[in-house]
Amino acid sequence: MDANELLAWARGPGFDIALTIFVAGMLLRLFEVMALGKKPDLSAARGSGAQGGMRTLVARTLPRKSVFDKEPLRIINGYVLHIGFFIVLFLYEPHIALFDRALGISWPGLPSGLIDAIGAITILSLIAALVFRLNNTVMRFLTTKGDWLAWAVTLLPVLTGYMAYNHLLLPYTLMLALHLLSVELLMVVAPFTKLTHMFSFATARWYQGYQAGRRGVES
Amino acid sequence: MDDLSLGERLRQRGVSRRGFMKFCAATASMMALPPMMIPKIAAALEQAKRPSVIWLSFQECTGCTESLTRSHAPSIEGLIFDHISLDYHHTLQAASGDAAEHAREEAMQANWGEYLLVVDGSIPLGANGNYSAIAGISNLDMLKECAEGAAAIVSVGTCAAYGGLPMANPNPTDAVAVADIIDDKPIVNVPGCPPIPTVITGVLAHFLTFGRLPELDGLGRPKAFFGQSIHDRCYRRPFYERGQFAETFDDEGARKGWCLFKLGCKGPTTYNACATAKWNEGTSWPVEAGHGCIGCSEPRFWDAGSFYQALSVPFRDVGDTILAAGTAGLAVGAAAAVWNRKRKADAREKRDTITIKDLSKES
Repeated sequence: MDANELLAWARGPGFDIALTIFVAGMLLRLFEVMALGKKPDLSAARGSGAQGGMRTLVARTLPRKSVFDKEPLRIINGYVLHIGFFIVLFLYEPHIALFDRALGISWPGLPSGLIDAIGAITILSLIAALVFRLNNTVMRFLTTKGDWLAWAVTLLPVLTGYMAYNHLLLPYTLMLALHLLSVELLMVVAPFTKLTHMFSFATARWYQGYQAGRRGVES
Repeated sequence: MDDLSLGERLRQRGVSRRGFMKFCAATASMMALPPMMIPKIAAALEQAKRPSVIWLSFQECTGCTESLTRSHAPSIEGLIFDHISLDYHHTLQAASGDAAEHAREEAMQANWGEYLLVVDGSIPLGANGNYSAIAGISNLDMLKECAEGAAAIVSVGTCAAYGGLPMANPNPTDAVAVADIIDDKPIVNVPGCPPIPTVITGVLAHFLTFGRLPELDGLGRPKAFFGQSIHDRCYRRPFYERGQFAETFDDEGARKGWCLFKLGCKGPTTYNACATAKWNEGTSWPVEAGHGCIGCSEPRFWDAGSFYQALSVPFRDVGDTILAAGTAGLAVGAAAAVWNRKRKADAREKRDTITIKDLSKES
């Protein structure tokens, strides 16, 4: 199988398989969690659950001062990583073309050269995240195999994309095929690791914020 | 072989020394050779005798020959080709029938081990090779016979190089490329549908100059012409970098000459010299004419999805996949929820009641 065939597989059957597992897996996981339900709360509400939910959605996106003061670099790196990944994923024109094809919606992108630079920063940030994790005894102790896997499958698409764009190591066609395959690997793995947080962050925050809001306490 | 050297023949034709040196310089630069090679090319070509060339056309459309005959005739490239001894070529030779086949056999005998074999078109293996035959000889047999006495083989066009259109799904004739059959001769692939004329003549000029084939890449193509992608040499590349793309063939971006990536240009994955050598005497080339590259010089380009879809998008419409996968996910999720509830209920039912007495230290 040569690079062209690999690319054709990645754009054809490979993508179909990955998308099926991603969509089915994510919905399965989210539905399963939500279907656990909760016991009816019979007490009188002291505040608005919905308001609390909204507030927590925002509040947990912002750094908590007590945590930030302890490890500012790790927190900042977390933002760089996430924002960088978002920009590269959603504002690179060839990626927007993909969303347009899959979902029928598109939006303006950023210059490719800028995406290239942000991609490099994202890669460095992911490496920094690993270093932080390795250097912190408690975090290392808490890290499971699933966490290492989640880190690796997140790094691979950014790294291969960067290397394809800059013609590093391998011919472009082969690197592009590997890039698509690495994305497909991410899609397959995501529903079964902590990467489900790409969707569940919202439901989890809403749930906890709702509970707190209803009881009239801060969250 | 003819007694006159190439230099003598060119002078007979009234080609000036200056014109000849210009061609040598152009050839050197096209093949990415250092300038100091120009005199060497000139000296070698000056002395070169006409090598015998046998051109076999198999499952093809004659587009490659059409391309070759437009090599800026009557430019010096045309003359160079005039001055190889093209002893057999269906379309271009005057002889027909038995006489044509005799010409081929004679040329092979007279130049055994030294002639250049040029092939365009793929070779059908299906039905014992009987899908395509010339003078009652199947393409497969003719290729094997002619390859045996050849010094080297040039596979011209994507069909000969990689199977091309005849090999596209579902490949009804079981077509293959030259290199799938012949493995004991040096083969150079000059893919393209059709290939650029100057690339064909450039490879022949290289063979005349150095007596061997040029340096090849992993797909058997001369690195000098196929070393860089269309995208990397494209004059529209700055628009790609700036994120300026034509969205349709007649929008403002298209009129301003912006990047054609979103309209399906395969420039990033296509390695060819179109962006620099151009077509029709250097007049223009597909991207300059406003149409994206279709990747015609790459293996299996015909089966690589729509010409009009960006390289980054999947082949199929994925709406139904999302719907089906979503339904399946919810169904399994519902089943899991039911099972979880059952486990919860079972646990509640079967649990042992623990009293304060069980927990007291005395017990």
